[in-house]
Amino acid sequence: MRQIRAEIGAVSKADGSAIFEMGNTKVIAAVYGPREVQNRSQQMSDQTLVRCEYSMANFSTGDRMRKPKGGDRRSTEISLVIRQTVEACILTHLMPRSQIDIYVQVLQADGGTRSACINAATLAFADAGIPMRDLVTSCSVGYLHSTPLLDLNYVEHSAGGPDVTVGILPKLDKVTLLQMDSKLPIDILENVMQLSTEGCKAIANYIREILLENAKQLEYRRGV
Amino acid sequence: MEQRLANCWRLTVNEKKFIESALLSDVRVDGRGPLDYRKLNIKFGKNDGSAEVQLGETRVMSYVSAQLVQPYRDRPNEGTLSIFTEFSPMADPSFEPGRPGESAVELGRIIDRGLRESRAIDTESLCILSAKLVWAIRVDIHILDNAGNLVDAANIAALASLLTFRRPECSLGGEDGQQVVVHPPEVREPLPLIIHHLPVAVTFGYFSNENLVVLDPTYHEEAVMTGRMTATLNANGDVCAIQKPGGQEISHRVIMHCLRLAHVKAGDMTAKIKDAVEKHNTERALQKIKRHSSSVAVDVCGTTASLGGKQNQSDGDKEGSRLDQLKLKDETKSMECDATSSAQVQSNKKDGSSKNFVGGPSSWDPYSDCVNSDLLKASLASRGHSTPSKKKDSRRETKPEEPQNEVKIDSAPMDTALTSGQSNEGKTLKDAVKPKHKRKKKKGSSNNAN
Repeated sequence: MRQIRAEIGAVSKADGSAIFEMGNTKVIAAVYGPREVQNRSQQMSDQTLVRCEYSMANFSTGDRMRKPKGGDRRSTEISLVIRQTVEACILTHLMPRSQIDIYVQVLQADGGTRSACINAATLAFADAGIPMRDLVTSCSVGYLHSTPLLDLNYVEHSAGGPDVTVGILPKLDKVTLLQMDSKLPIDILENVMQLSTEGCKAIANYIREILLENAKQLEYRRGV
Repeated sequence: MEQRLANCWRLTVNEKKFIESALLSDVRVDGRGPLDYRKLNIKFGKNDGSAEVQLGETRVMSYVSAQLVQPYRDRPNEGTLSIFTEFSPMADPSFEPGRPGESAVELGRIIDRGLRESRAIDTESLCILSAKLVWAIRVDIHILDNAGNLVDAANIAALASLLTFRRPECSLGGEDGQQVVVHPPEVREPLPLIIHHLPVAVTFGYFSNENLVVLDPTYHEEAVMTGRMTATLNANGDVCAIQKPGGQEISHRVIMHCLRLAHVKAGDMTAKIKDAVEKHNTERALQKIKRHSSSVAVDVCGTTASLGGKQNQSDGDKEGSRLDQLKLKDETKSMECDATSSAQVQSNKKDGSSKNFVGGPSSWDPYSDCVNSDLLKASLASRGHSTPSKKKDSRRETKPEEPQNEVKIDSAPMDTALTSGQSNEGKTLKDAVKPKHKRKKKKGSSNNAN
């Protein structure tokens, strides 16, 4: 696994925010909510509405990217994926008729952006004080030259081997997010998933430490 | 505002509870078992590369087209494949026209991942001129009726249409070998795409009770289910793509179990798709044969329908050269007897291996005496096809005897079929001959011509 670094409270205006770094990949997430639903027709009477927007900054990759006109299909899909992943872990029925927005922006992309986004989102939700069943942590695994590789970076990813992104709820030990592309036989997939689960648990431990630190800081500032 | 309200179909609490409790006793609302697929029906359109799939009540249509473009800079030797999905409001009132919504984008990307990363389609064979011209294959998927499980149906439709798609053959020409000549389908038989394996998508639905897993969810089940997973596998047991976009969390054990199940179902599905494509291909081949047989030997002179046989075969260079030779020999006469031509054809056939039908337009031409042999020769030469004869003159009549003997052996069954066709046509179409029409590409016209 690459070196992880996380920071809470990066965006002062947001209810909760976090920066998450995995090696060279750096992602910032901001959570606004729960707040009043802006689009009345989408209001749900029994749970909260979660909206997510994922975008990559133009300067995040090696060559400056041009924003595609029609709305980037990849961004739309990743937004959908992040939304459904966090929707599964926050207690939506405790906040009916309200809306929670999560905005994720990739500042530096070096492989594993999806995972970094989900980890950052988890931290941001925790910072915002939104009730969750468990943390969601995610990490990606590849398989090159018959070796499973944890936490691929861009170079390893472009080598063309399979890329499996797994998101789990560590305490419950259940898989929430699973995405895979390229070909892989089923038994190897099983090994690869085991490896990714361990990686996710390691990230979860780190996140818990960070949250604990943060809580201590807050206590200190309140003068307790 | 009213539009939005009209789009909202809400699931009632009763329906939700009913579906869930029925599932607890392994029963689904439409009577299937939890792991059964709905009835699959694959139909093909008239054009190559168009397919319509019906999975239960879900209908999806897919169309493949190809265009010559410049390749991407970092992949100069590969063609491109792109998938576009269109969720028409006809399928479901909650789909909005215009830009694809989230689920449309997701569906397109799932199918794209299954085909592209696993290298199911051989993109290197789509390259014509490295770094200059490659084929760009575009798959358009239209959802006609949404009754649940669009991903699987759309995937099958995309596969079926890719299997039956034929791209035009092209060759390099020009002085420096850099000019690309695209041959229209009438001239040279279009080629199929090279497909290495068939990645089939299998969708599972999960409910709040973890032990409940259903395959191929219907529209109502999709509204009730709390999580879903789409696994794309091929018949060899390789997992090509998995998409489980959040939702209900599932243990590893259940996931592996689902993958194994998906492997079995993918095998079934692959067999069904292949059968349907085979049937379609044979029907097409038969149609072409029929076309040829009816157009071929029109016996203008009314002689020896028994010679029969023709078979426009077409493609073979051997036959072409033979025809050319024959042509040279008998230039002067206009053709009168088809008997000769048919014999010619037979002899050609014998040369080229007794294939009945090679695919390619039959360049046969039933001619009446008003045909200009020069023009014919010219057109034949440009076509490069060997066509039976056009201008056989009556001198050829002697020829028929020898080839007739040779050919009879292998074309006996054909003869009977053809001769009947011939005799009929000879009488009826004779009058419709238009001298100006050279060989027409369409069968109908060639029939008329003769």
